Amino acid sequence: MDLLNPTPPHPDLRVSIGPLSLANPVMTASGTFGYAQEFETLMNLRRLGAIIVKGISLHPRAGNPPPRIVESACGMLNAIGLQNVGVQRFIEEKLPYLGGLGVPIIVNILGDSIDEYREITERLAESSVVSAIEVNISCPNVKKGGVAFGSDPLMAAAVTGVVKEKAAVPVIVKLSPNVTDVTLIARAVAEAGADAVSLINTLIGMAIDLKRRRPALANVFGGLSGPAIKPVALRMVYQVAKSVQIPVIGIGGIESAEDALEFMLAGATAVQIGTANFVNPRASEDVVDGIGAYVIEEGLTSIREMIGALEIC
Amino acid sequence: MTQFQEKATVTRRELLSSDNVRLTFQSAKIASAAEPGQFVMIRVGAGKDPLLRRPFSIHQATAEGTLQIYFKVVGRGTAMLAGIREGDEVSILGPLGRGFQLTDSPVCLVGGGLGIAPMLFLATRLGERRSGQIHGRVLLGGRTRMEVEPLLGDFEQTGFPVLVATDDGSFGQRGFVTAIFSTLDLPPDCTVYCCGPEPMMASMAVLSRERHLHCQVSVESAMACGMGACLGCSRTARNGEYVHVCLDGPVFDAEDMAWTF
Repeated sequence: MDLLNPTPPHPDLRVSIGPLSLANPVMTASGTFGYAQEFETLMNLRRLGAIIVKGISLHPRAGNPPPRIVESACGMLNAIGLQNVGVQRFIEEKLPYLGGLGVPIIVNILGDSIDEYREITERLAESSVVSAIEVNISCPNVKKGGVAFGSDPLMAAAVTGVVKEKAAVPVIVKLSPNVTDVTLIARAVAEAGADAVSLINTLIGMAIDLKRRRPALANVFGGLSGPAIKPVALRMVYQVAKSVQIPVIGIGGIESAEDALEFMLAGATAVQIGTANFVNPRASEDVVDGIGAYVIEEGLTSIREMIGALEIC
Repeated sequence: MTQFQEKATVTRRELLSSDNVRLTFQSAKIASAAEPGQFVMIRVGAGKDPLLRRPFSIHQATAEGTLQIYFKVVGRGTAMLAGIREGDEVSILGPLGRGFQLTDSPVCLVGGGLGIAPMLFLATRLGERRSGQIHGRVLLGGRTRMEVEPLLGDFEQTGFPVLVATDDGSFGQRGFVTAIFSTLDLPPDCTVYCCGPEPMMASMAVLSRERHLHCQVSVESAMACGMGACLGCSRTARNGEYVHVCLDGPVFDAEDMAWTF
C-alpha cells in the first residue's frame, strides 16, 4: 500500500498515463477549452483529471479566414487554422494561471517542421507547470511538401523521437484518423518512445452552401467533430489499444459519462471531452460526476477495472 | 465577467408576425447580470441534432430576472425554438460578449430588421440614465409594417422619439432607415448605435464617419461556443487582423471593422 496515500479515494477514479498520475480519467481536448480560464465561472476546473490547452506553435498564428465553422448533422466542421498566441506568450500569459489550478496541465504542441517541434519542446521544458506534452502530428510538414506528419509512420516517429528527447515530461502523441491504418502510426510512435497516444483528431470533411454555390468554410475543408464521429473513434481506439502497450486516450464525440465508459471498455485509459465543451461548458465535470456514480453503483473497486474490459464472444 | 449556464422557463411566447417570434424567459442570474449589446447562447433542443447552441442578442432584460429574445425563423434551430411552449425549459448560457458603451451625451439608435432586437434593451437603459430629459432618437427599419409595428409601443415607452422606415412604405417612411439618418440634425457629440444587416451597418459606418460621429455596431457571426474557446467566430478588422465576435464584440467601433459591402 502507498504510504503517502493509505486510503484510496472513493470512488477511486485514479488512472496513470505512463508516469503521469491523474485523479480521474477526464481531460479537456485541445482546441475546445481555450486556455481553461474561459470556463472558470461555469465549472470547477479543479475537478478535472487534466487540462489540455489550445495547441501552441513556435510563433503566434492568426488562423484561417472566416467562415471557420459550420454545423453538420450531429456535429460540426472547423477550420480554425491553429490560431494561437505562440509559445512565448503562452508561457508568459497563460501558464501562470494554469499553474495555480492544481490540476495537471498538458500542453498540445504543433509545428510545420521537426525543428519547430524541437524548439517548442525545449521552451516548455523550462516550465515546472507543464505535466505532459501532447504532440499534434496532423499539421502539414512544410518542408516535405505539406504531407501531414501524422499520415506517415516514419515522419510520425521522427517527430515523436525529437520531442521525447527534449521533453522533461511524458509525451502523448495525438493521432489523426485520416489514414489508411491508424495502428501503423500508433506502433511507430510507440516504438519511437511515446508514453501514450490520444485519438482521434477530427475527420477531414467538407460542407457546401448550395444557395451561394460555395464551400461553407473559407478553407474548403474542415475537421469534423462531435457525436457524429464517435463510432469511428471507438473503433480506432479499440484497434490501437489492441496494437500497442502504451496507454490510449480516447477522443471523439464524448459528451456523457456513458460515452466515456464505452471508450474505456474499448481500451482507453483516459478520455478527452472536446466539442461537448461548446454545447455544455460543464460537460467535462459532468462526466467526472457520472463515472464516479457508475463506479459506486456497479460496486467497482476502481475505474481502472473498466479499461479494456470489453467482452467479445 | 461572470457567466451562467441556466435552466430558464419560457414565460411568454409572442408571434409578432408570420415568422418573427419574441420569447420571454425567467432567467434570474443571466437577466440581472446582462448589459445592453450582450448576447446569450440557447440550446434549442435536448438531442444531438442540431448540436450547437444558437446565439441571440438580448432584446430586453430586467433586474427581476426577465429575459427576452426576438428572432426570425431562418433555419432548423430557430424553427425548433419558435415551436417552444410557455412553461418549457431551455438551457441558456450568458450573458456573453462586450456590449454597447453607454453614454450620457445625445444618442441615435438605429435598428434594421432583426437588428432591432438589441436596441430595445439599449434604449431602456439609456432612457433610465436620462430620467426625463431625453436627448436622442430611435430609428427602426424593416421590410414591411409587421417587422416594426408590433415593437413600436415598447420603444415609445423608453421615452425616446421613434422614427420608422419600411422598404415597402407600409409603415413610416418608404425606404431605408439610413435615409432618415442622413436627414437628421444631430449634435457633434451624438453617439450612434447600430445593428442590422451588413450593408446597412456598412452604410452607417460611412455616414457616421462623414459626420464625425462615434458609431458602435453590433455584428453577428456563426459561432460554436460564444465564450472564446472555439475561435470560430472570427471577423476581419480594419487593420487586417482577426477579431472574435464573441469576445471582442459583438459590439465594435464601426471604424475598427473592415466592411466588405
